[in-house]
Amino acid sequence: MAELLRATKLTRRFGGLTAVDGVTIGLHVGEVHAVIGTNGAGKSTLINMLSGELPASDGTIEFDGHDIGGWSQPRRARAGVGRSYQRTTIFPSFSVLENCRLSAQAALPRAWAVWESAQRCTRSLDAAHRALAAAGLADAATRPAGLLSHGGQRQLEIAMCLATNPRVLLLDEPLAGMGAEETSRMLALLAELKREHAVLLVEHDMDAVFRIADRITVMVNGAVIASDVPERIRTNPEVQVAYLGDEH
Amino acid sequence: MDLPTFLVQCLNAVQYGLLLFLVASGLTLIFGIMGVINLAHGSFYMIGAYMAFALAPYFGDWYLTKLLVGIALSAVFGFVLEWVFFSFLYQREHLQQVLMTYGLILVFEEARSLLVGNDVHGVATPSWLAGGFELGGLMSYPWYRVFASIACVIVALGLYFVVNRTRLGMMIRAGASNRDMARGLGIDIKLLYRIVFAGGVALAALAGMIAAPLSSVYPGMGGSVLIICFVVVVIGGIGSITGALIASLLVGFVDTFGKVFFAEYSGVGVYLLMAVILVWRPEGLMKRAY
Amino acid sequence: MSRDWIIPTVAALALLLLPAVLTPYTQDLVVKVAIYAVFALSLELLVGVTGLVSLGHAAFLGIGAYVTVLASGDSGGSIARVLPLAVLAAAAYAFFVGALSLRTKGVYFIMVTLAFAQMAYFVFHDTKIAGGSDGIFLYAKPTLGALDLDDKRQMYYVVIGTLIAVYALIALLIRARFGHTLAGIRVNEQRMRAAGYATYGYKLAAFVIAGALAGVAGFLLAIKDGAVNPELLSWHESGAVLLMLILGGIGSLRGAVIGAIAFTLLKELFQLEALLGPVAAHWQMTLGFTIIAFVALLPKGLIGLRARLVGARHG
Repeated sequence: MAELLRATKLTRRFGGLTAVDGVTIGLHVGEVHAVIGTNGAGKSTLINMLSGELPASDGTIEFDGHDIGGWSQPRRARAGVGRSYQRTTIFPSFSVLENCRLSAQAALPRAWAVWESAQRCTRSLDAAHRALAAAGLADAATRPAGLLSHGGQRQLEIAMCLATNPRVLLLDEPLAGMGAEETSRMLALLAELKREHAVLLVEHDMDAVFRIADRITVMVNGAVIASDVPERIRTNPEVQVAYLGDEH
Repeated sequence: MDLPTFLVQCLNAVQYGLLLFLVASGLTLIFGIMGVINLAHGSFYMIGAYMAFALAPYFGDWYLTKLLVGIALSAVFGFVLEWVFFSFLYQREHLQQVLMTYGLILVFEEARSLLVGNDVHGVATPSWLAGGFELGGLMSYPWYRVFASIACVIVALGLYFVVNRTRLGMMIRAGASNRDMARGLGIDIKLLYRIVFAGGVALAALAGMIAAPLSSVYPGMGGSVLIICFVVVVIGGIGSITGALIASLLVGFVDTFGKVFFAEYSGVGVYLLMAVILVWRPEGLMKRAY
Repeated sequence: MSRDWIIPTVAALALLLLPAVLTPYTQDLVVKVAIYAVFALSLELLVGVTGLVSLGHAAFLGIGAYVTVLASGDSGGSIARVLPLAVLAAAAYAFFVGALSLRTKGVYFIMVTLAFAQMAYFVFHDTKIAGGSDGIFLYAKPTLGALDLDDKRQMYYVVIGTLIAVYALIALLIRARFGHTLAGIRVNEQRMRAAGYATYGYKLAAFVIAGALAGVAGFLLAIKDGAVNPELLSWHESGAVLLMLILGGIGSLRGAVIGAIAFTLLKELFQLEALLGPVAAHWQMTLGFTIIAFVALLPKGLIGLRARLVGARHG
């Protein structure tokens, strides 16, 4: 189980406020690593620093042996760090297939080949079809993305992430707003994906987290208070007090 | 350059910067709070200047009275204009705002042409502000320019006071950061916007009135001041009044000393300053004050 | 998809056959409209495809025009030298402006592009580089082989040919991966960055290409008018071309051409004393009100109007 991405003592300050405080976290292929915490615990800031959208105030990030702390988001994405967003960021006016095809196109060379029609680009089309099939959206390929159900759009969000052929998946609340059946489908998808990817899952849905996660990191006020397998997290007294409440 | 000349140029730079600040603060307030980009803002400056010209025969030396009347008239004009026109722009995309306010400029320019013609006019300084004071024997600095600077400083202080120390100012800042919350607190957002807009118009018009005796009154004056104001807002940061002040003074100095040292290329100086700021701090010197 | 080519092809053929039936005045008008259509198409690449609203596009038209006159000198010279110089100059300034202004977004971007156009305006207006506020005359038109641009007929075909070529080029760009990338940036730039696109580079490329094409329009304009003056770079000119886009309808190449036609015709119309009497002298006010009403009521332009009517029939 190779460690693919490692953040060491990652810190982010906004003026006087420390949103993320010395967080160390490692992502391995074959593992779903969930990050949980109350609102304001710094989970979004953490994921933004890992994806490259927010520079870190302190700490290092290593991916596949490289120090990527100074890399822009597009560069990290091309290297294999993919992410999905909490607020759906699809292209509503394009078809579902085009959403994925455009994402897949990012990795292709010769962007300046203006005489070739994009719609005939087999490499990006194949990658898109594969991603849609993996995410269970193969039937919806020609529909305008904006017309998908909420759950469908969340699936598309993941599909677009997959279309870029990433090795690390940073998933920001993929289950947000989903019903029970859709959640099960998504969890089955994640179980499939983790076999060949390293998955970071930021989530609020505790039941889902405990069903799917191989490792759980708990954040409170920007700092990690516990990082362990789910069974030990469940019984960890600090976690119970700070986050789960005394009912568990 | 000898000391008296240098001092005169510094004073000119400050005075020009302060006048710019009046116009730019209106622009940045309106954009910062209502999110409207208004190309016609320069027209308010032009309207103020032409108003100074048109009202001159009726007020003679009663200059301060004339200014106050002008402020009142332009505030009313701004109030009505927001009501019948600008209030419909808030929800629209920037491109539509740009084009609709561009259409407004054409209407204003043509209206001015109809009412007062297209000639260049001079406006006399009031007799009690005529002449100047000695600066090192050969140079004299006009009292009117001193008056202009002082007037702008007073207005700037007034603006700071209103925005930071009054209930109105608090409502303005609340409305800027969170419209719905402000509405929930019982603030009448529509009326607030109308007042802010009227204030912005009055500021620009006042600047035009004060500038009239200095730069004379000519058709293109709205356009030139508008673009310089945009530069000020970009350098200073949208929505920041302090930023607008710093940027206006910077622009004042670059422009004034540019004219001295670079003659025909001086017009370019301000834009090069903007270019430097864009390389260094694209969001502007000051982030949003609220 | 291939049906999209029918109307533009028919229109192109019609344009090529038109001189047989046009009076010299109308032929001249068509040439003027065609040049502005090239200008509008160049901006459509920026505004419609990439979603970048530039309020300073006239700078590249003006630079293309001025360099054309300056490079033609006393004897005209060769088109093979003058045209590339004009386009290169426009593209170079577009690179400078784009590199800096693309560091900003939204309203800032609009203001910065306007400011940089004004900077170019001042260079031509205030300095002695090129005749100052009076502008300069084109003493002799550049030539290429047997091509004589003093001949109105030949000029007509050159302009129409350029319009067709530019239209086709931009259509190809849109169809290609590059165009799809620009469209993605327009709809959701954040998602594009997350997928791995270095979006700044793409936007800058679009900006430079748009500037270069505007330079082509400038080249044609300088030759047609035989003179250039700084007002070509004024913000009124930049506003006018934006207006053309919104008149026709943003988001289609046809819209850009239709908008150029509509704008030019409207301007002519509003100045017709025969139609509007004394109001004709104050055509700017009529234009101003028309713009306001049009943008307020028909934000999707004339193409949008047709779509709405068609939709109403089918709906």
